Amino acid sequence: MLIVVCIKQVPDTTQVQIDPVTNTLVRDGIPFIVNPYDTHALEAALQLKDRFGFRVAAISMGPPNAEAALRKALSLGVDRAILLSDRVFGGADTLATSNVLTRAIQLLHADEKVGMVLCGKQTIDGDTAQVGPGIATRLGYTQLTLVDRVENVDTLRGKIRVRRKLEGRHEVVESPFPVMLTVVRELNNPRYPTVPMRLASEDARVELWNNEVLKLDVGTIGLKGSPTWVSRIFSPERAKGEVIGDGLKDPSGAAHLLIDKLLSKDLLAI
Amino acid sequence: MSPNPSIFGWMLLISGIVFCTACYRRLSLVGIGQADERSAGLGRRIWQVLSHAIGQKQVVSKSFGFNHAVIFWSFLVLLLANAEFVASSLVPSFSLAVLPAGVHHGLLFMFDAASLLALVAVLFASARRLFFPPEQMSSAYVKARSFEGFVILSLIASLMLAYFGMHSAAIALGKEEAASAMPVSSFIAPLLGGSLTPAQLALLADVSWWLHAVALLLFLCLLPLSKHMHILTAIPNLFLADPNGRTMLPREEFVKGGSYGVAKVDEFTWKDLLDGFSCTECGRCQASCPAASTGKPLNPRQVIHAIKVNLLANGHSLRHGDAPKVPLIGAEGEGTTSEDAVWSCTTCGSCMSVCPVLIEHMPKIAKMRRQLVQMKSSFPEELLTLFENMEGRSNPWGIAPTERTKWHSGMEVETFEAGKTDYLFWVGCAGAFDSRQKHATVAMATILNAAGVSWGILGKDEKCCGDSLRRLGNEYVFDKIARENVHLFKERGVVKVVTQCPHCFSTLKNDYRQYGIELQVVHHSELIAELIQSGRLKLNKKVAGLGKLLFHDSCYLGRHNEVYEAPRQAIQQATGDRPAEFDRNGKESFCCGAGGGRMWQEETEGERINLNRVKEALAKKPDTICVSCPYCMTMMEDGLKDLQASGTQVKELAEVVAEGLRP
Repeated sequence: MLIVVCIKQVPDTTQVQIDPVTNTLVRDGIPFIVNPYDTHALEAALQLKDRFGFRVAAISMGPPNAEAALRKALSLGVDRAILLSDRVFGGADTLATSNVLTRAIQLLHADEKVGMVLCGKQTIDGDTAQVGPGIATRLGYTQLTLVDRVENVDTLRGKIRVRRKLEGRHEVVESPFPVMLTVVRELNNPRYPTVPMRLASEDARVELWNNEVLKLDVGTIGLKGSPTWVSRIFSPERAKGEVIGDGLKDPSGAAHLLIDKLLSKDLLAI
Repeated sequence: MSPNPSIFGWMLLISGIVFCTACYRRLSLVGIGQADERSAGLGRRIWQVLSHAIGQKQVVSKSFGFNHAVIFWSFLVLLLANAEFVASSLVPSFSLAVLPAGVHHGLLFMFDAASLLALVAVLFASARRLFFPPEQMSSAYVKARSFEGFVILSLIASLMLAYFGMHSAAIALGKEEAASAMPVSSFIAPLLGGSLTPAQLALLADVSWWLHAVALLLFLCLLPLSKHMHILTAIPNLFLADPNGRTMLPREEFVKGGSYGVAKVDEFTWKDLLDGFSCTECGRCQASCPAASTGKPLNPRQVIHAIKVNLLANGHSLRHGDAPKVPLIGAEGEGTTSEDAVWSCTTCGSCMSVCPVLIEHMPKIAKMRRQLVQMKSSFPEELLTLFENMEGRSNPWGIAPTERTKWHSGMEVETFEAGKTDYLFWVGCAGAFDSRQKHATVAMATILNAAGVSWGILGKDEKCCGDSLRRLGNEYVFDKIARENVHLFKERGVVKVVTQCPHCFSTLKNDYRQYGIELQVVHHSELIAELIQSGRLKLNKKVAGLGKLLFHDSCYLGRHNEVYEAPRQAIQQATGDRPAEFDRNGKESFCCGAGGGRMWQEETEGERINLNRVKEALAKKPDTICVSCPYCMTMMEDGLKDLQASGTQVKELAEVVAEGLRP
């Protein structure tokens, strides 16, 4: 059984600034990282590989430099890494992106039965959390989002039971394969690549699939296939807060004032 | 019963074979270690032998060590006496009496006196082990009151008693022409002569001869099988010790199919293995180790002992390409070091600086860390964030590199440019990001400006120096960062660097040399002291108001780079007074607990190292603890907060001096 992990290379958002004139992200010199949620999806897949011997493929849609993210996945131990890259994929919104990823998973399935697709809960640049569910819908897989624990995997009956982290509660759900999971950070601690794995990943092959391979209708992908368009990106103006108490003269009094204030706005739970 | 040359000859032959076989079996195991170049710096190597072996430099640094020095010096003299004993026992006609009388008598006097001194020293040593065994002499597997220890001591005592038995009996019988040269034997002779008949005296002489022969040969046989192996290995080990060994870790070459760090004992170098056979079990490293003395699982002495035990257990199998029977790193065992122990080291270097035979503990721990990090990805989970932050954002906290310049908002600071600016001020990650340390950075910038020094920074192009990565065994990422930094230094034409962090200081100055760059790196304490000394930095006033100021030595400034005086001098120049001292200061300074990447790990076992140090400070009732390292700053401040010692503040050296620049 093959597990497919969808990963995305994103700009390290802690370092991103927004150009006030063009309202676009200033990406110059900003390092790229693997979307942090996706690193937990990778780890989950690799743990299942370690336990049950499943094979793992990582796929990513992006520009040629997104190969770095796939190489990182290889250094962690995935068996295949496929970069979905073509000019016609560019400018995609979540719908067009999920069309591309869906087709890639279908092609992989033709080679080797796919039982599970893993995605991060969302990406830190787009923050939509739509691509995972979009893929599941198009593939007709059960979607289990916000997974924070894999409770059980029944390889005989082909079932998985997971815990979903919802607001204020958990939900334990079971589903037969094939299944699409989106995962949250609490699920696991991503592994650190060993040096031999890093060195091996330097020469490992990252497969490149363009639209000649995927053969998708150009009206369903890239900018043309994207009904969403972003009118403006901006940093929210933050109103300056008030100064309460005197932390220098009366630190404990100031702390009390602060706690009372937070409690009154229901920002602190006791 | 009388001395028999042929029986003695056979005994000597057999014990010679036992001795040689045992030495060969053990020392040939050293040969399974990896290659290591240990010949450069001949002059310094000879000096190491002279000062540490002949001079017993490190031994006598502890008062009781003088007792060992007496035994050692006596042994040097008695080596000749025993050579004479063996020669004359084999060939009865052999005698030192053929030498000119003056020389012969001089030698006899020395033998006689040395025997007495050795006997007294051995009695002291036995009494100490028996009645007042110091804690440091016992470790998990080796105890102060060990059978082996007492056997060896009684053999030495027997040798001395037999010596006096032989010679005083001979004097009493009137057979010794040179009696006048042997005051101790001559003192005993009449006591014997008064109570024993000539026949009994002759018997005593014979018994003493046999006792001497047996004790000497038994000692020879036991030597290579016990910790007294150090009698053979200490001097070679001193000669082979790395003259720069304290700070340097070897580079690793990253090639496909390679193995990194040390997982099996034969992956250590031959010198690492020789260290195992050179340990004297004195326990000085154990007593000075901040981890061992605060209840952590690490004991540097046990690390060395484990290497020896592991080598003896696995050497044979490994030599034949078989799997080792005893793991080197793993669960508790005499030949095994636990992962927890490996991670407890602060790399403060105190174990190495107190070792009388210059064993190199720290690189061995680093090599085991390299294996755990690079081959097994097995390390305390807190370090994952550190490693990823280092790779992703080139600083331990994972703060955006664009924030590196924020410390100087409101201050004109130039970017370093070769030809235009003289010094590169290497701000360091803590200096740029740590809110407390940023005050020290501003103070240093103020000092540089006041002294008219031409300086610049690299700003957001500065990266972490990689110190923590290297000490934690993540050599692969360190290697990457070091190459990038060295490339940047060369590209920008950096020659003179001033740092405020001793870790950056040591890494740029020493470690980067392995990457082909010889920077002129100074720690800010050195530069400040020099600027005041030369009159370039003029303070507006004597710094007052800091009260009693206690100076804490940073390990990487002090022990690792031997900068002790500059910070003290700078403080004196600024305040008018020498700083007060900790009980453990200078070379014996006690770590703050943050070195070796411990800064980024939790400290759950035993007493916190910083609390141990802060308690030591508070006993001196200081108003200010002056530090010269950002890690020490954090650890001291945290310690004072934990102990609710609000009456004491921590100041960075640059802050202390900059006080004097206020109008």
